[in-house]
Amino acid sequence: MTITEKIIARHCDRDRVVPGESVWVEVDILMTHDVCGPPTIDIFKREFGEDAKVWDAEKLVILPDHYIFTQNHHANRNVRLLRAFAEEHHLPHYYDVGSPRYKGVCHMALAEEGFNRPGSLLIGTDSHTCTSGAFGMFSTGVGNTDAALIMGTGKIWLRVPETMRFIFEGVLPPYLMAKDLILAVIGDIGCDGATYRAMEFDGESVYSLSMQERMTLTNMAIEAGGKNGIIAPDEITTEYVRARTDHDFVCLYGDETARYRSEYRYDVSTLEPVVAKPHRPDNRASVVEVEGTRLDRAYIGSCTGGKFEDFEAAAQIIKGQEVVIDTYIVPATTEISESLQANTIDGTTLWDVFENAGCKMGQASCGACLGGPSDTFGRMQGDEVVISTTNRNFPGRMGSKQASVYLASPLTVAASALSGVITDPREVLV
Amino acid sequence: MKSIIRGLAYVVGDAIDTDQIIPAEHLVYSLNKPDERRMYGRFAMSGVPIEQQGLPNGHIPFTDPDKYLSDYTFVIGGSNFGCGSSREHAPFALTEAGAKVVVAESYARIFYRNTIDGGFVIPFESHEKINHQIRTGDELELDTRFGQLTNHASGEEYLLKPLGDVADILNAGNVFEYARQNGLINPA
Repeated sequence: MTITEKIIARHCDRDRVVPGESVWVEVDILMTHDVCGPPTIDIFKREFGEDAKVWDAEKLVILPDHYIFTQNHHANRNVRLLRAFAEEHHLPHYYDVGSPRYKGVCHMALAEEGFNRPGSLLIGTDSHTCTSGAFGMFSTGVGNTDAALIMGTGKIWLRVPETMRFIFEGVLPPYLMAKDLILAVIGDIGCDGATYRAMEFDGESVYSLSMQERMTLTNMAIEAGGKNGIIAPDEITTEYVRARTDHDFVCLYGDETARYRSEYRYDVSTLEPVVAKPHRPDNRASVVEVEGTRLDRAYIGSCTGGKFEDFEAAAQIIKGQEVVIDTYIVPATTEISESLQANTIDGTTLWDVFENAGCKMGQASCGACLGGPSDTFGRMQGDEVVISTTNRNFPGRMGSKQASVYLASPLTVAASALSGVITDPREVLV
Repeated sequence: MKSIIRGLAYVVGDAIDTDQIIPAEHLVYSLNKPDERRMYGRFAMSGVPIEQQGLPNGHIPFTDPDKYLSDYTFVIGGSNFGCGSSREHAPFALTEAGAKVVVAESYARIFYRNTIDGGFVIPFESHEKINHQIRTGDELELDTRFGQLTNHASGEEYLLKPLGDVADILNAGNVFEYARQNGLINPA
């Protein structure tokens, strides 16, 4: 069995599962946020009763993150609904807006707060829930109805996916990041190339990556249609997890005899910085091919490209210089935001590096990655051309449907912010 | 599931993601309160670029700007319909606008699952792309028992793929009813 099959088998109390069969599994963690939480709660109450109790308060994690810093009263009401529900059910893992517990982007917060644990099964009401698979666990996104069923029973039906394996070999050059690797994969297999399947990332280059970079790989599995992205755990994984939680976990690994639907091999030393051109994540081009494209805006943020190391990479390029286009910096979480103020590069904090360069500094949240209410920080309002570290560039994704979004690595976005045109990071990295 | 469904076709292209089905800025509305939930019908498919709205000619809104209900019963798409986010607001919006059926060559996994488990539109798959053979406004008839789709405007007939196992959940109404009928959760 593959690692994905083993985790699913373990959660339906079976020795073995086979791709294609549907099984009911026990969920270790259910995560929801301010966009899908309130409608999930409505369905939960409709189906289980107004006074129903959630199946296990310890296993429900609620992280408001989408529409936080907005005057939109419907959006603000949704946060109040979550707060009331958390109080009513005495939920220990609610991270309230405006409190010291507020975190920001749910997928990063799950990692930081120790909810990502090898061998476990996590379901979230967000398509990028596949991010958690970087920790050697099964994780996938669902809608409100499935989440409400879990809220009442702790169970969900899953079709066991076939696994596609992506093996990266060689030493990653300093001008490439995990974002370039996953954009290359999506460009090769297409936005539906992994539909209904697990995407397993393997090979020495993957295991040389930090947890943050690994999360960039699994995060974008959904952009190829994948059900889950997964990386088997190693010492880097267990060290990260042990620093964040005392909870037990079990490292599971695929068998030598595991069957894969397909296998793709990449020599990372031969890859180039890439972008996804408008308006699809699989519309890949090398940065060289689109170099010089005029830009109005740069954006660094989100669950894909708003982690500490994403900003660290961008700051390497931006330090001591000034951006020439509107450049938005949106840390995914409050912890990342604090790290930007605590860590220095040549004696200047990362936060100051960006601020001194003229970047616009935002608060931890999903920000403009998915557009959101019209007053969202950094949201596209017209026909802007933007280069962004986010995950999706379908029409209207970042707000205005007249806008054009290029997806790229933090290095490429930073290099482009300094020149105002799409720029290869190799030109500015010393 | 009704056995015969008749109505007008609304045709779109490939990779219609959930932001095109219902733009993220509208997700703030309650799916429960009647005066708010109808906004999902008003804004259904409003994220599709105007020239792609209602093919082959485009420039046809799914729901007229001053209305909450669409004239169209069938949404006809191409490949990877419903890709992108996990928002159940997407199939909900189509249903709230009055659509009953989506026919596409293929679906993104979460959207497909949401349509079934929530008991929204019925997601049929075609054996090949048919969104270039059907025009927005064509009168269609679907026999859901056999997956037989007839275009009365052109006279063409299409045999759609069987729904398979998920028909049991569709026939039950939604995943909760299915779970109750199969003893997986207690009767309401």
